[in-house]
Amino acid sequence: MIESQNIFTRVQIRGPVHAGVPLQRGPWMREGKPFFSYLAGQLGCAQVGPFYLGGLGIASLICGFVAIEIIGFNMWASVNWNPLLFLRDLPWLALEPPAPSNGLHLPPLDQGGWWLLAGFFLTTSILLWWARTYRRARALGLGTHTAWCFAAAIWLYLVLGIIRPVLMGSFGEAPPFGIFPHLDWTVAFSLRYGNLYYDPFHMLSIVFLYGSVLLFAMHAGTILAVSRFGGDKEVEQTIDRGTAAERAALFWRWTMGFNATMESIHRWAWWFAVLTPLTGGIGILLTGTVVDNWFLWALKHGVAPHYPLPMVPVVDPATGGK
Amino acid sequence: MRIGLPSLALAATFGAAVLVVLTLNRPPVITVQEGYRGTGQQLNFTPTEVANALGSNVVPPMLPRISGGPLAGTVYKNVQVLKYVSTGAFTRLMVSMTNWVAPQQGCGYCHVAGNFASDAKYTKVVARRMLQMTIATNVTYQDHVGPVGVTCYTCHRGNNAPANIWFSGPVPGSSNGIAEANMGKNLPASAADYSSLPSDPFTPFLLNNDSIRVSGVTALPTGNRQSIKQTDWTYALMMHYSDALGVNCEFCHNSRAFADWSQSTPQRVKAFYAEAMLRDLNSNYMVPLTQIFPVNLRGPGGDVAKINCATCHQGAYEPLLGAPMAKYFPELEGAGTAQAAATIKPTAAAAPAAANSGGTPGSLP
Repeated sequence: MIESQNIFTRVQIRGPVHAGVPLQRGPWMREGKPFFSYLAGQLGCAQVGPFYLGGLGIASLICGFVAIEIIGFNMWASVNWNPLLFLRDLPWLALEPPAPSNGLHLPPLDQGGWWLLAGFFLTTSILLWWARTYRRARALGLGTHTAWCFAAAIWLYLVLGIIRPVLMGSFGEAPPFGIFPHLDWTVAFSLRYGNLYYDPFHMLSIVFLYGSVLLFAMHAGTILAVSRFGGDKEVEQTIDRGTAAERAALFWRWTMGFNATMESIHRWAWWFAVLTPLTGGIGILLTGTVVDNWFLWALKHGVAPHYPLPMVPVVDPATGGK
Repeated sequence: MRIGLPSLALAATFGAAVLVVLTLNRPPVITVQEGYRGTGQQLNFTPTEVANALGSNVVPPMLPRISGGPLAGTVYKNVQVLKYVSTGAFTRLMVSMTNWVAPQQGCGYCHVAGNFASDAKYTKVVARRMLQMTIATNVTYQDHVGPVGVTCYTCHRGNNAPANIWFSGPVPGSSNGIAEANMGKNLPASAADYSSLPSDPFTPFLLNNDSIRVSGVTALPTGNRQSIKQTDWTYALMMHYSDALGVNCEFCHNSRAFADWSQSTPQRVKAFYAEAMLRDLNSNYMVPLTQIFPVNLRGPGGDVAKINCATCHQGAYEPLLGAPMAKYFPELEGAGTAQAAATIKPTAAAAPAAANSGGTPGSLP
């Protein structure tokens, strides 16, 4: 029996191209004639299209394009419009938020104004795309779960980029647009506020992140393991329903006493994924606004012990000991 | 076209392998525990790094001590700093300085042939000031240099100019047309281990006296307005410290709480005194020499070459791995001139003034 797999085999399932299920409500613009792609078939379904763009999608793409252009051209200008340096140094380049001294005022374009503009267009683009995921789900008669887990990620993005900076009274608290610079910002954030690892909401976020990874591994492992019984098949690929689900359930009852259901495993995964940025965002929001040094906060509340040094205690030479 | 994932994966693997070989240190990593057990406060070295450090930090052969003869100031003309040093010790130091700073060019690098007293060459004026700086460093900054001390060789290592010097970068916020102003960061910064951190963390901290301390000192907010952006500058400076000394953060800090002195090592106190020392040396010894240096030896902004940790340390936790070279040149430690020490010690700023006053007895030797 030929198994259809992704990545490891050249066998691809290719039925007749189809436009999708008939819909009961609303107009649905379907753009383009569907076609097959070998590379897409290696990764997932070989059929590409039909597409739906619509007003929200077009507006979102335009805003996203404007944001990327503002960021990209400012980056390019920072290497004196040298195309080779732009490519070589791209991971280092960035568009910076205004200086902290600017507070929440609108700065001149070259002193952080471009950053605000880029942030505005990127945020608009993301929010429009969110509305699009919500509306597309509704149009298909689906639940809006995808939109709400996207919203959880947007929450973290908004906390970092606008909500916390506004609470702190300075756009300068926000991260820059840039690959290495935003990572440096993350470290500087932790250094300034006394080590984010002692922030309990950061701890929770890590729990949910690692939990998501564990659930993802268990679920993906289970489904791949029962694929020989048809457990991986889409409805359209199934000839015989088989005993895959029953075997998967029994496997987990054997190994850990109980099993998730076909529905509950996805609910667990959804909540773990959603709670990762949700708790992370809370942790960021509290930093600087209500807690200034997470390490000292953790000492104060007995979260972390204070380890002595094996050598003579060192005192701050500037104060003569504190 | 059937490129396929296997070919892509193969290319990616090759790229990753190149990256690993070129960027990572060859194991094994030697670790030395510094802090409380289990906290991971440890120094990391690789045998390659240790071998390199041992190879590149060799004390040069030193001339035998000579101390006879009348005072240099009475024999030679225009001796301003080493007036009260015996001609024997004076000659030995001059020859040593030639070996340390201008081994190719010889005496003529600083002196006019036939008239060694002349100050016509800028290099001689600079050398005199550097001599004063070396003495001031050994006398005033014992809390940093300790018994190791410094000589000309500590920085020069046989080069006319030390291999590790710095010039000021563009002022952050300086205009770049309508595009974003130059923020002094977000380009590969050699000063900060080729990160995207600020490329010149020296001007604010090692020339000016901006606050290096950014972390909150209380659990809850009590008015610390240091920003994340300022933290980038401190972070860059610390990357320079680490790079210049060839050590990881834990040489001075416990990385769980960088700001906490009670978990820091005594080396952090040494570094604290170095900051004050470098501000003094840069602003009182180097900057006043700006006009003395030819234009082509100044920085892009027309500023003079300046000193940072790497100038002396050159990748070693102590310059020349702590070989106490200065003690073989007591003149550089203000030899036998208690007055000199007394003159320099009270305030660092007073030292150059005294040294410039033209060698009255009780001034620098």
